[in-house]
Order: sequence, then structure tokens, then C-alpha cells
Amino acid sequence: MTKGLNKVVESYDQALEGLKDDMLLMVGGFGLCGIPEGLIQKVADSGVKGLTCISNNAGVDGFGLGKLLEKRQIKTMIGSYVGENKLFERLFLSGEMEVILTPQGTLAEKIRATGAGIPAFFTATGAGTKVAEGKETKTYNGKEYILEEAYPKADFALVRAWKADRYGNLIFRKTAANFNPMIATAGKITVAEVEEIVEPGELDPNYIHTPGIFVHRVIQGKFEKRIEQRTVKGN
Amino acid sequence: MALSKQQIAQRIAKELKDGYYVNLGIGIPTLVANYVPDGIEIMLQSENGLLGMGEFPDEEHVDADLINAGKQTVTAVKGAAFFDSATSFSMIRGGHVDLTVLGAFEIDEKGNIASWMIPGKLVKGMGGAMDLVAGAENIIVAMTHANKHGESKILKECSLPLTGVNCVKTVVTDLAVMELKDGAFHLKERAPGVSVEEIQEKTQAKLVVEGDIPEISF
Repeated sequence: MTKGLNKVVESYDQALEGLKDDMLLMVGGFGLCGIPEGLIQKVADSGVKGLTCISNNAGVDGFGLGKLLEKRQIKTMIGSYVGENKLFERLFLSGEMEVILTPQGTLAEKIRATGAGIPAFFTATGAGTKVAEGKETKTYNGKEYILEEAYPKADFALVRAWKADRYGNLIFRKTAANFNPMIATAGKITVAEVEEIVEPGELDPNYIHTPGIFVHRVIQGKFEKRIEQRTVKGN
Repeated sequence: MALSKQQIAQRIAKELKDGYYVNLGIGIPTLVANYVPDGIEIMLQSENGLLGMGEFPDEEHVDADLINAGKQTVTAVKGAAFFDSATSFSMIRGGHVDLTVLGAFEIDEKGNIASWMIPGKLVKGMGGAMDLVAGAENIIVAMTHANKHGESKILKECSLPLTGVNCVKTVVTDLAVMELKDGAFHLKERAPGVSVEEIQEKTQAKLVVEGDIPEISF
């Protein structure tokens, strides 16, 4: 589908070619900020089921990963904070969907470790809490740490970036970076949905956030950029 | 009289020091940003990837790509930096943040904090709270002293699932400022017009009262 190091694909069909039931997906974004909107829509339209999704949040009702919840496409959801979504609450409490709550920093580091070839690491986060249940512990300098394992590589890692070139070099914008750079490193197939595709050489090599080696497909996206909490001065 | 939420925030702001990097949690802690003392320079860290968080934007500067950890649209101050979530939690877990202010459902005399889950009710998730309490050297808890039925939230032992163990050092409630030392809360200041006896009554944990306890000033 792609030629040489040219990662650019022309359609969402091509971007998600190979997507199947029961796959592991990682999806970038914090709340609705920095989510790959068109790719998520395409996963929803494809109707694949039994997905395991790793994402900090689960969108809101009817938007972001909320779209996959509506169609009951997610079997297991792994995230740190999933409270902005009424349907999520229902699926969780009824047991229709398995949920693995993971501290945000641990989630970020597990994803980073996945991409970096590190199978596990010790962290103090969650020591002595429910999060530590069933996990190996070790004491360093009098402080307790728990062993956290990396994830398997995602079948599809879906990220949103601001700018890309056809080699898949990525630059993120403001706080829309969040989980996207780590998730970009952790996919068997990493797909970047971007606001703008530029020619190689146009992105200053000093300011590349994600080098193209991590990225397999790039698609020009179109984003609504919905805002979850619109706050302005004086309110 | 018990302090308002704004007054709790105002009192906590007195703990800010020149040159501090500070993470403010959602709720009362967020209000601390409104009371930064004159003449000092601090930077606010927001765990979704912003160091140098500014105030809310004007209508024309609202940017969907620039939010805080509460998912509110914000601005970035001059000299701010954006970064990914792993870098953000390197700052937090690595002990680079000078002060963390967060809310709690309960705290106890062992320094434990419960702030993320009430079994049987909605579980929203812990977000970054467990990382923050595990990484910070300096944590101030902002909370109400008792629940709406008058039952103490300053306990011998937390009843709710914990966010972190042995990490609480200072707490500012609507009634008092207390410091945790050697398995007991030490009463340092009381809300104007609130008696030591009332604080004692609403504190289930061991409370040490030494000498005259001054009223909180702002």
C-alpha cells in the first residue's frame, strides 16, 4: 500500500487495513484533546468487536471512544480516568465491559516501556493500594515499589498529530501531545491522523517530537476538536 | 466560623514559595492559583503536559488543544513548556514538583490518603492522583474536616480504598491547619472563632494540641 518510506495513505480504509475483531488498540488523547477523531470514527464504522482499548479516557457519550462504547465494540478498557461518560458507567457497573483502572503516570510509563522494549519497571505509584494487589514488590532505600509490566505491542496504535511529513515524522500541538508520542512508539501498526502533511525538509529536524521510524501510516485528518469544558475569563 | 473554599485556598497559598513548581488538583486546590502572594514567581504544572499554566482564556483565545488536567480550556504563560504524559510524570514521580495540593475524602494518622474511590458508588478512576502522592515530597491536602453529617474525615485509619500510604504531611481544612508528625496530627492554627474543642470533637485521629493555637490569618 505504501512505497518505500512514504507513509501517507489516501483513505481511512487504507489507514486501518488489517483491523480485526479482538485486537489490542492504543488510542492517544487526554479527554477529547488530541484524539484521532477520524480513525476512531472509522473503527466505529468498521463494526469490529471484542477490542481491548488502552487510552487515558473513554471519550464522552457519543464522541471519541464513546462511539465505540455505543456499539459495544470494547471488551476491555484500560485507562486512568473514565468518569465523563454515562454509558461507560452503565457498561462498567453491569459487568458488560471489563475495566482496568491504572494510575495515569503508570499508564504513560507502561506504554513508553512497551515502545522502548522494556518488559517491566518498579514504581512507587500505587504501593500499598488496590493497584498493588497481586504485584511483586521490592523495597529500595526504605520505600516500597511495585512491579508494573509493559503491555504487548498494540495491533493498532492510533494517534493524532499536528504536522507530519511523508516519512512519518510528527510534531504535536500544545497539550494535544499528551499520550500520543508514547502510543506512537507502541504499535505494530502506528497510524497518525494529522492536521497537515508537509514535504520532507519542511519540518525542522530539531523540533521533531516523534521520528518517522515509529510511524507506519499517515493520513490527512479533519477534526471537529470538540471542547469538553469550555472555560473563559470571568466565569 | 469555618473557612469557605476560597479561604482554604487562600490559606494554602501562603505556603507557596518563590521559585516553586506546583501541581494543583481539581476542586479547592485549583483556587489556590487565585491567591499567589505578590512578589513571588511560581509555575503551575498540569499533568496533561503543561508547565506554566495561565488563567482561563478570552473568548477569542479558546483553543481546544490547550487544556488543563480538569479538561478546562486554559492559557500558557510566557516561558511555558508543553510535553508528553511520560515526561509529565517524570516530573511528578521523579520528585521535581516542589508542592502538590490535592483534595481527599479521608486522611489518617498514618499519613494515608483516600481520594479516588467510594465502593458501591461511581468509580471515575484515580487519574494522576496516585502518582502525585507517591512522588511529591511536599503534599498539602485541602479538604473539609467533617462530612455533611458531622462525621470526621480525619481518621485513625482510612475506611475507603487508599490513593497513597504514608504521604500526607500538611492538611488545611475549613476548621484548622494541622501537621502530621509521629503518628498524630498537630494542631497549628484554627479557623477564626472556631474553638480547639470543636476541632478536637471533629477529629477522630490523635490530635496533639500544644500551647495557644493562633487563628488562621490571610
